[in-house]
Amino acid sequence: MIVKGETVQNFVGVGVFRGRVIAPIRHMPPALAEPPAGEKLASSTPPETAAATIKAAGTSVKVTFLERAARAEGAGKEVLEATALMATDPMLIKAAIKLVNAGTSPERAVWEAGETVAQMLRNLGGMMAERSHDVLDVRSRIVAVLRGVPAPEIPDAAEPFILVAEDLAPADTATLDPTKVIALVTAGGGPQSHTAIIARSLGLPAVVAAAGISALTDGELVFVDGAAGVVRTEPGAAERSAVSAWEEQSSLLTTFDGTGQLADGTLLPLLANVGGAKDAQEAAMANAQGVGLLRTEFCFLGNSTEPSHEDQVAAYQGVFEAFPGKKVVVRTLDAGADKPLPFLTDSTEPNPALGVRGYRTDLTTPGVLARQLAAIAAAAATTEAQVWVMAPMISTASEAADFAALCTAAGLRVPGVMVEVPSAALTARHILDQVEFASLGTNDLTQYAMAADRQLGPLATLNDPWQPAVLALVQATVEGAIAQAKHSASLETSLPKPVGVCGEAAADPALAVVLAGLGVSTLSMTPRALPAVAAVLRTVTLAQAQVLAQRAVGAPSAAAARELVRAGLPALADLGL
Amino acid sequence: MIERTATIASTVGLHARPASIFADAAGELEAEVSIARVGEPAEDAVGADSMLALMSLGVEHGEVVVLRTDDDSAGEALDALVRILETNHDA
Repeated sequence: MIVKGETVQNFVGVGVFRGRVIAPIRHMPPALAEPPAGEKLASSTPPETAAATIKAAGTSVKVTFLERAARAEGAGKEVLEATALMATDPMLIKAAIKLVNAGTSPERAVWEAGETVAQMLRNLGGMMAERSHDVLDVRSRIVAVLRGVPAPEIPDAAEPFILVAEDLAPADTATLDPTKVIALVTAGGGPQSHTAIIARSLGLPAVVAAAGISALTDGELVFVDGAAGVVRTEPGAAERSAVSAWEEQSSLLTTFDGTGQLADGTLLPLLANVGGAKDAQEAAMANAQGVGLLRTEFCFLGNSTEPSHEDQVAAYQGVFEAFPGKKVVVRTLDAGADKPLPFLTDSTEPNPALGVRGYRTDLTTPGVLARQLAAIAAAAATTEAQVWVMAPMISTASEAADFAALCTAAGLRVPGVMVEVPSAALTARHILDQVEFASLGTNDLTQYAMAADRQLGPLATLNDPWQPAVLALVQATVEGAIAQAKHSASLETSLPKPVGVCGEAAADPALAVVLAGLGVSTLSMTPRALPAVAAVLRTVTLAQAQVLAQRAVGAPSAAAARELVRAGLPALADLGL
Repeated sequence: MIERTATIASTVGLHARPASIFADAAGELEAEVSIARVGEPAEDAVGADSMLALMSLGVEHGEVVVLRTDDDSAGEALDALVRILETNHDA
């Protein structure tokens, strides 16, 4: 929505991470379009001249990569150096020049030569196939130089800026420098999109689904309020004082003391979502009380074959060692849908989100999961962390039983399940007969409850964990755990089995209060969210949280639920949240 | 024409880092050097200065390759390339 004033333009999107800044904007260049097939060399250009421009463009791309390699370290540096070499590689450049000599335009020639080389690498399979992406990246960059357009990557600028994009991809995180990019605004995407996840993990103020934002001019000064979801041009005194007010408030929200609890002393452990050893160390520094979600895809993504037992053990150990004596919940491989893996998932499925993903890959490719569990058990045996394991995308009690049996066979004592599919929430009682705990993955639970693809901007309002239907499924899961405990034959298990939340919902301080009131036993989130969530939880008693939770579940809409709860939490406004 | 043989020492075979080190060194030479698996026809040899071509050979650890050049004064240069191939760059 664009509201035009005299000169001030106001864009309203969905705020996905709090914070207020004023800075110039830079546009993310659009993906490079393919030069049209059959594009001819201009008759006025001699082929030798065109060949020279290709060589020069390759050299310029090589220099860019070498400059980057000089700033990088370790394995990243080696990859950049090898990629630099590709930009002037005789095989690529000679093939392009051959096409130019046959009358093809330089851009099209580089495009086709790059595809031929990439195809050759893909045919070789294994580690070679992985390098085909680097060849295609180099190709795009050479074509961008030939066209005189910016490379399809996050722009570089001397001063900090607000990045404006259609949407960001997971790969953009790697090149996003949070000292340069100080806020994110996207025209597309929703609250669960990759942009939102990147913003929360880097702690960047962000507004998504801000339609019309692409019309802003590069370098234009704007005000962004990531809590309100507002972007405004021509910032004045009011916006400047809003920014300074935010800077004061946010200093109160920088640390978590390591004990999650409510105002009446009810304990609610606050854990971290991590994706590898480095994350785990940062989470431990942030005083997370354990890991509520270890995403194990980091071991697998980018691999065209299954990693070895030894590599997996080492990777898991790195995480476990950051939390001696603390709980670490490992989610087994969650491939499929937006996280395809060549050796596990079928990219031709018509509905990948409803396809063979998560635990279901054990049906089509048995063995990978059992080997992963063996590696987790081996890593757990060498560290002091309390290791729990859970399977993603469980739909039925019988799947839960099969997973528990695999865990037992591997020697892992605490099996659990993710509750992401509505059927699992509604049959939690029977599922918890088979496993020891459940963890609500609210991102996927929302997408499946609302039947709305979480990557689609136009569906952002459906894809909102505040939707009362989603909250009702959280409630149903907790009630299932209570019913299971009551009907369990054994008296010693009369306490309900733990039901935690490890989705993005746990990182929203107001929603965290609702989840506490619904009876969840732990909240796991990106470590950056810990201080704000902890601060707000301490302002309410369990009884108050229960009242707010019932108001939210009973609300007619997501917006009404949010408003009702916010109205009951004056601390939010005091803290600028 | 002169030629030398070498056994690939890098555990990952001749690609990634080992290939880029080798291609870089071959690219520095005056002489044009080709590389092929030993026993394969000389027409199937590829340019030693192309990392991508080296990767396309798919030569694994322990395989023997032959380096060839028409420049008869490049014996020492070939020896230097052999040393690169016979060093494990993944160690």
